[in-house]
Amino acid sequence: MEFLSSSWPWYVAGPLIGLMVPALLLVGNKLFGISSTLRDVWAIATNRVSYLQYDWRKQTWNLVFAAGVILGGIIAGYLLRNPDPLVLNPKTVEALGQMGVAAPAGLLPPEIFSMQSVLNIKGLLYLLVAGFLVGFGARWAGGCTSGHAITGLATLQLPSLIAVVCFFVGGLISANFIVPVIVPLLR
Amino acid sequence: MQAVANVNRESQERSLLAYWPFLLLGTFFGFVLIRSEVVSWYHIQEMFRFQSFHMYGVIGSAVIVGAISTWLIKRSGIRTIDGQDIVVPAKDRRLPHLVLGGVIFGLGWGLGGACPGPVYALMGSGFPGVLVLFLGMLVGTFAYGVLQSRLPH
Repeated sequence: MEFLSSSWPWYVAGPLIGLMVPALLLVGNKLFGISSTLRDVWAIATNRVSYLQYDWRKQTWNLVFAAGVILGGIIAGYLLRNPDPLVLNPKTVEALGQMGVAAPAGLLPPEIFSMQSVLNIKGLLYLLVAGFLVGFGARWAGGCTSGHAITGLATLQLPSLIAVVCFFVGGLISANFIVPVIVPLLR
Repeated sequence: MQAVANVNRESQERSLLAYWPFLLLGTFFGFVLIRSEVVSWYHIQEMFRFQSFHMYGVIGSAVIVGAISTWLIKRSGIRTIDGQDIVVPAKDRRLPHLVLGGVIFGLGWGLGGACPGPVYALMGSGFPGVLVLFLGMLVGTFAYGVLQSRLPH
């Protein structure tokens, strides 16, 4: 039982995530990819933009899948919460400490995700901009970590390899050059 | 009329019930995302600073298992549970949208520490910032929809 609430190593979690690709293919010829649900949510609400004029009902399976992800997150993160603090490389702890982010207790830094941070205009803008870039970029590139990095690479598609390299270029720039400048300003 | 309405509602309910395998798979996926801690902002910073193998191990082994199992499916000619041939459509090969969209996505991933899957998994975490991040993703998606015809692809 302890296994259900403790941290899982990569060689357990990775293969289980990889099995999403064949599982969705076998269940209904579906391609594993989460970011398109962001588009489906809009398509339910409005069809005033041509990008949103399609039959979202055909994507019901993915919206149900996303609802499952929320449910799984609640079960693992709330009902079976890991009591141990998150283990992070001491070098990362030190670098984040210099930005005013304390050593981790749970999955997310309260310095950025707490109510106190969100009620501050700087903290609010930081997360809104981060989310905006993720949503805009994922839809422009035609997929995110699940659609390109996992499904696309697993089905040996060159466009996905290009997208994933670019995901990493963007991530390297923001984590090494933007986060160290902006995060200290959030306090 | 009442009887027809009832039948319609019944068939709708039945069709939504037919999606239960996707609910189950999603729940399993959300559970694994939390347990492996790949949804953690801290681990994303660690990954992009090359200070841990964990994230690379998760993504790398997921790709390998996905590749081998998809190859086996294709090779064996297995069909879906309702008897269709399995098809994997090709991704759009045009370069500009992959590069520009990809870099923008990466910039946001490094800042917010979560991509769309993890943001769903974290909704029950009790941190209101997760909802703000999700709201930003929705706004970004809509903005792309509005600007799509004017962007290079």
